[in-house]
Amino acid sequence: MSTIIKTEKLVFTYEGAETPTLKGLDLEIEEGSFVAILGHNGSGKSTLAKHLNGILLPTSGRVLVDGMDTAQEENLLAVRHTVGMVFQNPDNQIVANVVEDDVAFGPENLGIPPAEIRRRVDDALTSVQMYEFRNHAPHLLSGGQKQRVAIAGILAMKPRCIVLDEPTAMLDPVGRGEVLDTITRLNRQEGITVILVTHHMEECIGADRLVIMSGGSILMDGSPREIFPRVEEMEAASLGVPDTTRLLYALNRQGCSLPLEAITTEECAQALMRVFGHKE
Amino acid sequence: MLRDITLGQYYPGDTLIHRLDPRTKLVLTMVYIVALFTAIVYAGYALVFLFLAVSILISRIRLKSILSGLKPLIVIVLITGILNLFYTKGEHLLVHFWRISIYWEGVETAVFMALRIMLLIAGTLLLTYTTSPLQLTDGLESLLNPLKKIHVPVHELAMMMSIALRFIPTLIEETDKIMSAQRARGADFETGGLIAKAKALLPLLIPLFVSAFRRADELATAMESRCYHGGEGRTRMKQLRMARRDWAALAVGVLLLALVILFRRLGI
Repeated sequence: MSTIIKTEKLVFTYEGAETPTLKGLDLEIEEGSFVAILGHNGSGKSTLAKHLNGILLPTSGRVLVDGMDTAQEENLLAVRHTVGMVFQNPDNQIVANVVEDDVAFGPENLGIPPAEIRRRVDDALTSVQMYEFRNHAPHLLSGGQKQRVAIAGILAMKPRCIVLDEPTAMLDPVGRGEVLDTITRLNRQEGITVILVTHHMEECIGADRLVIMSGGSILMDGSPREIFPRVEEMEAASLGVPDTTRLLYALNRQGCSLPLEAITTEECAQALMRVFGHKE
Repeated sequence: MLRDITLGQYYPGDTLIHRLDPRTKLVLTMVYIVALFTAIVYAGYALVFLFLAVSILISRIRLKSILSGLKPLIVIVLITGILNLFYTKGEHLLVHFWRISIYWEGVETAVFMALRIMLLIAGTLLLTYTTSPLQLTDGLESLLNPLKKIHVPVHELAMMMSIALRFIPTLIEETDKIMSAQRARGADFETGGLIAKAKALLPLLIPLFVSAFRRADELATAMESRCYHGGEGRTRMKQLRMARRDWAALAVGVLLLALVILFRRLGI
């Protein structure tokens, strides 16, 4: 697999701030992968996300998207066409009064012919399961539905990578589930690279790779199965672990020897059955 | 409470008038206004009135909606009528008492002036009743397109208008929320004089403005992320297309104007 995004010694300091928010990040994202970036507030994860399509430009170091330097102005449109971005508040990223007009906004900006835009809008809305709402007014939809419309708006531009900056932070549990299912399916079925920025451990369980950020640096980088079992380190970074891991960890401290890699609910249940099940 | 505000007063429908291209309706409205100001007396007014009445009938907009739209203007209509009644001098004196004299010409002018204002408003109401705000914006942008040559930011203005329309429900919802939050802490928006009421609005307006600016900032970032870079090289999914009915409607408009000019020449 090829690299789609690469940061080289990325340093970023907000204007007026004394210490840099990002302290020399080196990160490579493989095309087609599902990467979760996890960190608590102030860890620099959102600042990193905004560098991935040139909303923010590095103070020093470089960000390369498909080999293009984001700091070069002539690359900006191509960069944003390659890497789409979904934000936290669905209300503040919907431009139009009608769902399908909003989804058409991106392709319209790219100057795509009307008939092709129509096809893309229909495909994108079908793909996020919002096709039947195409003529609705966005403000009458639920949070999860609005966020799916926002994702469709990015999809219609046919990006190779989608960055989602805390897309579920303002949603209820149902909306959160809808959005996570949608992005997982886009990654698995359509091969789109997904970068999910979040502070919810549970949302990272399905990712191929987990990058933990703390204080503007990368603290850990690996698969969720490698990282979550490191309970002490995670807690030292005030991050915690999924409930499944926490349960197994607590049982182990009581003398059991359970595998902490069982991070999904099913795996956890199976691990528990292997130890306790025969007693019934 | 605030949710009841209907915007642009658009009544969705699927009549011939609704289906006309927004540009056709904008041009027709202008032709109608010109005709209205060209007409001087009976025949001209009758024709303009007929044109409006037929349009309203076709659009199936209820007369009640039009009348309720005219209601706020009653005062202006009355003042115009009364001023014209007293200040127009003529040959046929009707009434004379104290220092006031009313001439037949005054009555005529007063009635026609009042009619003109009402017809003017009713005509423009029909436009906004049958055309969604978004269609209107699209139509205006397309009609004003030639002005781009003299560097009028037509696309930007149209984009501003449609974003403003898009955010009205969002901001109304937010106002509701802030009001409830302030009420929960004992704010009183209803009682007191005008000044007390205006003062009570301050703690409502400040958070609303702060949030509106924050939203604007986020929206701008989101638009840039979706490759927005102004009107240049931009295409539209929904193209405005002039159909046969649009040309027919415009022909009717031209005929109206021609007849009104003819009647004016004839003085009828």
